[in-house]
This record gives sequence, structure tokens and C-alpha cells, in this order.
Amino acid sequence: MNLDSNIPSGPLEKKWESRRFDLKLVNPANKRKYNIIVVGTGLAGGSAAATLGELGYNVKAFCHNDSPRRAHSIAAQGGINAAKNYQGDGDSVFRLFYDTIKGGDFRAREANVYRLAEVSTNIIDQCVAQGVPFAREYGGYLANRSFGGAQVSRTFYARGQTGQQLLLGCYQALSRQVASGQVKMYPRTEMLDIVVVDGHARGIITRNLVTGKIERHAADAVVLATGGYGNVFYLSTNAKNCNVTAAFRAYKRGAAFANPCYTQIHPTCIPVSGDYQSKLTLMSESLRNDGRIWVPKKQGDTRAPGDIPESERDYYLERKYPSFGNLAPRDVASRAAKEACDDGRGVGPGGLGVYLDFADSIARLGEDAIRQRYGNLFHMYAKITGEDPYKSPMRIYPAVHYTMGGLWVDYHLMTNVPGLYAIGEANFSDHGANRLGASALMQGLADGYFVLPYTISDYLASQKPGSVDDQHAAFDACETDVRERVAKLLDINGKRTVDSFHRELGKIIWDECGMARNKAGLKQALQKIPALREEFWENVCVPGGTGETFNQSLEKAGRVADFMEFGEMMCRDALVREESCGGHLREEHQTADGEAKRDDENFCHATAWEFQGVDKAPKEHREPLEFENVELAVRSYK
Amino acid sequence: MRVTLHVWRQNGPDDKGQIVRYPLDDVSEHMSFLEMLDVLNETLIESGDEPVAFDHDCREGICGACSLMINGVAHGPQAGTTACQLHMRSFKDGDEIYIEPWRAKAFPVIKDLVVDRSAFDRIISAGGYVSVNTGSAQDANLVPIGKDDADEAFDYATCIGCGACVASCKNASAMLFVGAKFSHLEKLPQGQVEADRRATAMVEQMDIEGFGNCTNQYECQAVCPKEIKVDAIARLNRAFSRSTVKNG
Amino acid sequence: MAVSGLALGGFVIGHLSGNLLLFLGRDAFNSYAEWLHGNQGLLWGARLGLLAMIALHVRTALVLRKRNTDARPVRYAFESTVQASQASRSMLLTGLLVLAYVILHLAHFTWGWLDSTAGATETLTRAGEEVVRHDTYGMVVAGFQNVFYSAIYIAAMVVLALHLSHGFHSLFQSLGLRHPSYTPKIEMGARVLAWGIAGAYMSIPFAVLSGGVS
Repeated sequence: MNLDSNIPSGPLEKKWESRRFDLKLVNPANKRKYNIIVVGTGLAGGSAAATLGELGYNVKAFCHNDSPRRAHSIAAQGGINAAKNYQGDGDSVFRLFYDTIKGGDFRAREANVYRLAEVSTNIIDQCVAQGVPFAREYGGYLANRSFGGAQVSRTFYARGQTGQQLLLGCYQALSRQVASGQVKMYPRTEMLDIVVVDGHARGIITRNLVTGKIERHAADAVVLATGGYGNVFYLSTNAKNCNVTAAFRAYKRGAAFANPCYTQIHPTCIPVSGDYQSKLTLMSESLRNDGRIWVPKKQGDTRAPGDIPESERDYYLERKYPSFGNLAPRDVASRAAKEACDDGRGVGPGGLGVYLDFADSIARLGEDAIRQRYGNLFHMYAKITGEDPYKSPMRIYPAVHYTMGGLWVDYHLMTNVPGLYAIGEANFSDHGANRLGASALMQGLADGYFVLPYTISDYLASQKPGSVDDQHAAFDACETDVRERVAKLLDINGKRTVDSFHRELGKIIWDECGMARNKAGLKQALQKIPALREEFWENVCVPGGTGETFNQSLEKAGRVADFMEFGEMMCRDALVREESCGGHLREEHQTADGEAKRDDENFCHATAWEFQGVDKAPKEHREPLEFENVELAVRSYK
Repeated sequence: MRVTLHVWRQNGPDDKGQIVRYPLDDVSEHMSFLEMLDVLNETLIESGDEPVAFDHDCREGICGACSLMINGVAHGPQAGTTACQLHMRSFKDGDEIYIEPWRAKAFPVIKDLVVDRSAFDRIISAGGYVSVNTGSAQDANLVPIGKDDADEAFDYATCIGCGACVASCKNASAMLFVGAKFSHLEKLPQGQVEADRRATAMVEQMDIEGFGNCTNQYECQAVCPKEIKVDAIARLNRAFSRSTVKNG
Repeated sequence: MAVSGLALGGFVIGHLSGNLLLFLGRDAFNSYAEWLHGNQGLLWGARLGLLAMIALHVRTALVLRKRNTDARPVRYAFESTVQASQASRSMLLTGLLVLAYVILHLAHFTWGWLDSTAGATETLTRAGEEVVRHDTYGMVVAGFQNVFYSAIYIAAMVVLALHLSHGFHSLFQSLGLRHPSYTPKIEMGARVLAWGIAGAYMSIPFAVLSGGVS
């Protein structure tokens, strides 16, 4: 398998510029001869589809929601980073690059991350031009706030709904292309397989979720922008319909899947309240700007938070990480919360929670100032828990939030399958082993607006447009596979619901491959998952008769079936990475005071898995990571 | 607690459909409304029936997918709340709860409680954007925008496109949705350039889709989960009249 | 709706100011009526204008109603209203009732079909000459002495008040005139104006029935 990262030579700050000059172009008159498929229309896919349409390519865009406006990018709350240095507090492209590399625990490619920091400034310009209502100061200039893992204020935000505003900007740009006819939009359509002809991606097979019709779509290139796989845990902050299917289908057709064990557990989510729990809700990290995290010093302290005096509270993040305090990065903050709860000092039902307390900030700034900054988050917290966070501290607990792993891509965001691209959360490229807050939106939009539209022309220029149509034998074969799989799911007629399998899978993964992992647990998971998968294929119940109708159980079943295979790969990846880094903590590899211990000698690489067959272990490949501009240091936030 | 659900079941777009009664025991007050429906669906599947189809995704009140008419009120009894953020503590033991899909000609039913809201996408495509290509933007701080204007634009921009305004309007009018997008963009200098054109185009598309007309009853404002004000409609009315007079 | 409604609302107020001359006595009231009928151009201009506005208002209302009912072909099994006022929800009904009443009112006082006193005259001396003119005052007083008719009139004014209370502030919204601090005042003002107008109209039959005007 060829894993050439295709990184340009030359000094870091010139790499992207020189590569842009070297890229082959498609002339404007020829662009309309090329068809590009974009699967997923969140921030990455939506921005890519809109921009490709503006450039003059023929774009077909697909999403499983009823409208591109509902992609889960919409739920991102806190903000988007950009190295604008509007605050004059010492920010720069290099500092954003450095913070991101360090935040990712030195497990990302330097060149990709530098490019991300470089284009970050263009994103803000573009979004403001689209009418995104970012927060502003009274003078009319853009406001910033600080976020975890950074000591400068570089996060642009729109109250607690930044993702929504950015996505709507991108959706509107996409809608404009839909109106102009450059983009044909296929909502409520799910990609079920990818068609590879002579080693090149040439199309997809989809299912119309309303009519159940299986359809073929041919193109000169396919872009996957299908998000992350956090829902393998069943309970996560992802939307209910987020899934790994598109990326996993690509993997099964030859694309390498990199670093699946890198998952981000977000420290500030609302704790689980019961067995019926269907998903977890995030409380933006920005809350940590003004909220102080603490637990009682005493184990099993059941007093109401207001009755616990200052001297008996442990503000553990401030104590352990005095220079970053409550703004320690996510992986660090999550682990510290788990540690406190494991120590029997957790609060709320089951002891799985810590306090996020705003009393000091309210006393200092007044309730109005806090309402202005976080009103919608406080409102949401009150609705879900029935408690008033202005009066008593929030209870929070870590939850799965983002997945850094994804399809392996080169510097051009192309997978090892020529013509197949992966952008946004679906790829593995920029966040290493841990993503910093407010960087997901940045990466999605960077990929879609400012990277992919350039790099894709390099590939297209070498291809004859329309070389394969949807009558090619490969489409026949692929469509048959899809039909058989749908029929098989419907024919099982077992006793257990899809959700019950998904819950059980999620529990295995959370217990053995969650915030802390160890060899024994992972090995156990590798036994349990195939057994569960076997039961799934014998005993799942997918009602609805034929697949030729709107059938939400069938949609779910297909996705869970893929999670069943994917989860195994994830545990395998966690097992072979015998070190701790970022979101991946192996209990065998930690320092005396419980911090993650990297092994740069043996694991300074990305692991990319190659599919070998459903019940066979995938083949491991390694892409070494070379650091020429930063020194691999022990990540310290003390 | 125990509740009795009366749920609209409709097999497909051409099916006639009917209300079906489902008693449900052991409902926890901490469940969200949709988790309560999940529980119902699990029981239905286990007893060999088809689960109730309903749209949902983020379950944190921002994607706008959920769309339930609960006892005649869009998104249910709690103001400023989507159905997914509504919790069973808003109901009491023994309650009878009617659950119906959004009703509008422009939102045809696909199945059970799922409706087709693509009319909203077509309205946005008609003009709900700023015509700017990627890469042509100037520096973001070049044009200062007053905080009050930016905040007001945000208030309109917070629309999640759920369609509760249409569902609750006695005339199934989409004026709040259209007004919100129009007003968001009109409040910002970037959006003012094509404001009149946008007003005309979006209103025309709204009429083509078959939505009703605004008769200023403000049910939309009362049920909007993002609490968008009918000021948005007034702004749209003003722009529409202005552009009609100007263009003759 | 807003523009034609505004014109009709203007008439309602103009007509009321004429009617209130009744309280100044027979002479003032009859002189006003005489003056009005002496300016046939003005009178017919106003009548035709009003007729056109009524036609426009009613036609628009019916067209909108058709489009609005078409916009929701299937109704909810469980109907509920969160905040829309009763007045706003019954505009078509109240509008049609007012229209029906206007026709009755014309039949009564203008065409004189319902009441034998409608054609009564009075004789007075003007510049030494005897002049016979229509005794509008007498007609109105006689008309309202009929308790049945007065009751219809009073009921019609309540309906009119409902119609106007929504209509008056609604027209500001339809014309896009809305402001966070003025709008609540406009809404309050609209209600005061609507019920004030209706009250003033109703004062006439009450005055007649109670014997205050005879």
C-alpha cells in the first residue's frame, strides 16, 4: 500500500504556496466537463461543494438529513480559531500551528497543520463576507475569546452557536450554487458504497431514504465529508444519525483508515441520567473561561454544593495545572475528571460528575454579563436537567465528542485510492491525537473552502472527464452488493432491536476503549465485539418488510452493522499503540503522576489500517511523522 | 409515570392515515420527549409492529430536524424549546398526549410524523444568501458593524428552519422563516446590497410553494423554539413594499 | 388589506364625527345632513370610493382566506392556540357581520325600507322663507326607539370593535411599521381606539333609549 504523504519540499512556511504553484489546473471551459461527487454537506462538504460549484465544476452533493442545514457541524458551540492576532496578544500563524501540533501531542503532520493555520485567517474573512454574525465589540470590530490549550485569545464566536452560524453561511453559499444549477443536491440520500474502477474512485451507490430506491452515481472524483465515528460509543455528543458508514465503505474498498483509536472525550458534558439515555449533550468548553471546576475534597460527600465551604473544595485543574488552570486541554481535563470520580469524589447520581461553578464569575461580572456570554448554554442546561445553573453549579462529566482518526489522506487530502478525497472530521490529518477546542470548525472550512478546491484540480487535470459511466460492470457488482446487504438485514427477523445491539456495542467500547485503555481490556473487547456482531447478524429485528419505503430501522441497522466491524478495528489500533498520547491513554504508559507518557522512539507515526476481510485482522501500515520545525517535547500545561 | 399517546400513523405519502392510541407505562420525568418515543418504538419493534417514524438528529435543539405537534402546539408546551429538548417533567401522570406531524400543503407527510420540508431549502435557494464567491472576501475587520446591529442580526440568524412557525400558523404561512433570514442579512452591510432583490425572490418562492399568508396573529412567535420575533416579518413587509413600489 | 382597511377605518371615524352632532341637537344634525346632501359631488365621490374600498377589502379577504385554507388541507386532530387573540382569529366572520350590518343600516336609514319615519321632514324658516328638509334627527331618534333595532346596532358595534382592535394595529405590521418601544403603544392605542369608536357609536342608541335624546 502506497502511503506517500506527498508533502512539498522547502521551508514550512513556503510549502503550501509553492505547491499551489505546482498544482495542475483545469481551464475554466473544461471545468464543466468534470463531475464531482461530494458526500456529506456539513461544514467541510458544504463548503467544498459550494466552492467547487463556484469554480464551474458539476457537483452532485449528498446528505442523509432532509436538508444540508441540519449537518451536525451545526451543533458546535464555542467558536473557531484563526491566527488573526486582532487582539495583539502575540498570536501568529506559527503560534497557532505550534499550539495545534502540541495540542495534538505531536502526532499530526507538520505541513498539514501549518497550512491549516495559514488559511485560518481567510476563513474568517470569507464567513464575515457571507454575513455570519460573529460577536463584536461596541466599536464594531470582531470579538475574540480564549479556548483550551491556548494562551492567546484567537477564537471567533457567535454566542454559543458558532457552528450553526458557520454552517448556515456555508449552506447559503451551497444553496446559491443549487439555484444556479452547478450543484445538484440529493438530501435524504445515504451513500452505501463506493465504486472503484481500475483503482480509481469513480462513483457511489446510494439509497434514497424516502423511496428506498438504490441508485448509481458516476463521477470523475469522489469527496467524502461524512464526519466522525463517535457514535460507535452509542452515547456521544454526536447527532443520532452520525455514522461511519461512508468512510468504512471506502475502507472496505481499499482506502486506508488511520488512527481510529484517537477519540476525543470532551470534559464538559451533561451527565447520563438513566438507561433510556439516547445521547449526551455538550456544554461548550468556552464555559471554562468563567467557570471553575471542582469536587469535594472528601470522598462520598453528599452535601449540596452550596453547603461545602471553600476550604473543603478541590479545584483540581487549578491545583494540578496552575498555568492553564481550568483551560487545560480536553484530554487532560477529561482524565482529571475521571480520576476525581474514580477516587470516589464525584458528585450527582452515581458519582459520575464534577461541578462547573460560575458563582465567582457571577459575583465578579454580574449575572447579566454571564447571561450575555453563555445565555443559550445555561438555558439548555436548565431545560435538560431542570436545575438553574445561575443558582447552583452545573454538574458535568466527560463524553465522547470528536474523533481525530479517519481516512488516511495525503497533503492533497486524497486517500490512497486515487480520486477519492476525505475532508473535515472524516480524515485523520490535522489534529494528531487530540484536537484543540475551536479547531474542528477551522479544519472543516479550511479543507472545504481553501484546500480541496485547489488540490482536486491536480488530479482532475490528469483524468479524461467522464471516462466511466454508471453502466460500467463495477457499478453492477457494487449495486448487487448493496442490494444483497439490505435484503439480508431485512431477512434476519430476529428478536432484538437495532438500538439494543448498538447500546451493547457502545458499552463495550466505552468500558474498554474509552477514557483509559489497557491491554487486557482491549483484548477482551476484541473477543466480545465479533461475538456481538455474530449475534447481530442472526438476531437483529429490522421491521418494515421491504427496503423500498422510508424505513428508519433499516437505516440504523446498516450503520450499526458497520460500527460492529469498525469498533473492532478501533480496539485493535488502541492495542497496538503501546504508548499514551492525547486522547489515547494506555494505563500501562503513564508517568508517576498519571500524565500520558508518549513513546516517540517507537510510535511517532500514524497507523493506517488496510482491510483484509471481515473476520480477518486488517494489515497495519505506518506513516512516519517527521518534525523539522518543532521539538518533540513533553506536553506540559502545568 | 404513565401517559397515553395518540400518535398520527400514516404509512406513506398516499396513505390516508389515522390517530392510534398507545398507553405507555414507566415513563421517567427525566426522559426527553424523544427518548419517551424511543421507548415506545422499542416496545413496538419487540412486539412485531413498525416503530413510529419521526425526524430527529442532534437532540440538542439546534439542527431543527424534530418537528412534532404536541397537543396542538408546535414542539409542545414549553416555550423556547424544541421537542427534543422538551422533557417529560413538563407532563404529569395520566396525561393524554396527541402527537401529530406539521400540517401544511407545502410540507407533505412522508411517513407518520415525518414531513418533507424541502420547500424551505428552495426558498433559501431563491435568495437567502450573500452572493460572494470563496476567496473574494476582504479582511474581516475592514467594515466595522455596530454591536447592536450584529446582535440583532444574530437573533434573526438563530432560526433553525424547523418549520414550527408554519405548523402553528393558522394559515400555514412561512413569513417568520422568510422574515428571519431576510432580516438577518439585511441587518448587516454585507447583506444590504441585494436586500430588495432578496425580499422579492424569497416571497415569490414562498408563494409558489403554497404557504399561506400572514394575518398578524403571531402564533409563530409564540412557538418559535429560538424565540424569533415578528419584527422579522415587519422588516420583510417593509422591504417587500419598498421593492414593489420601486420596481413598479 | 392594510390600505383598504385604513380607508374604511377613516370612514368609520368620519361617519362617527358626523353622527355625534346628534348630541348638539336637531338643528345641528339636520344641517350637517343637509350640507352633506347638498354636495352631491362629494357625497357620491365618497360613496363610490367607499364602495370600491369595500369591494377591495372583501375581495382581498376572500382571496387570502382561500389561499390560507388551501395552505393547510389537513387540519390538526388536536387544535390549540397559544396566543392569537380571539379578534385576530375571527376577522373574516366579524368582517362579514359588519358588512351585513352595513347593508341593514343602509336599508334602514338610507333607503328607508324598514322604517316609515325614514321619509319624515321638518319645516323651518331660513332668511324669511320656509324650507322643508329631511328630518334626519327625527329619523334616527325614531329608529333607535325601536329596542330591537338598537340591540342589533349595539351588537354590531361590539363586532366592529373586535374587528378594528385587530385591524388597526395589524395594518402597522403589514406596512412594516414596527418598533420595539412604539409597537406596544400602538397595540394598546388600537384597542383603545377600536373600543372608543364603538362606545361612541353606541352612546347614540343608549342616549335615545334612556330618553337623553328625543
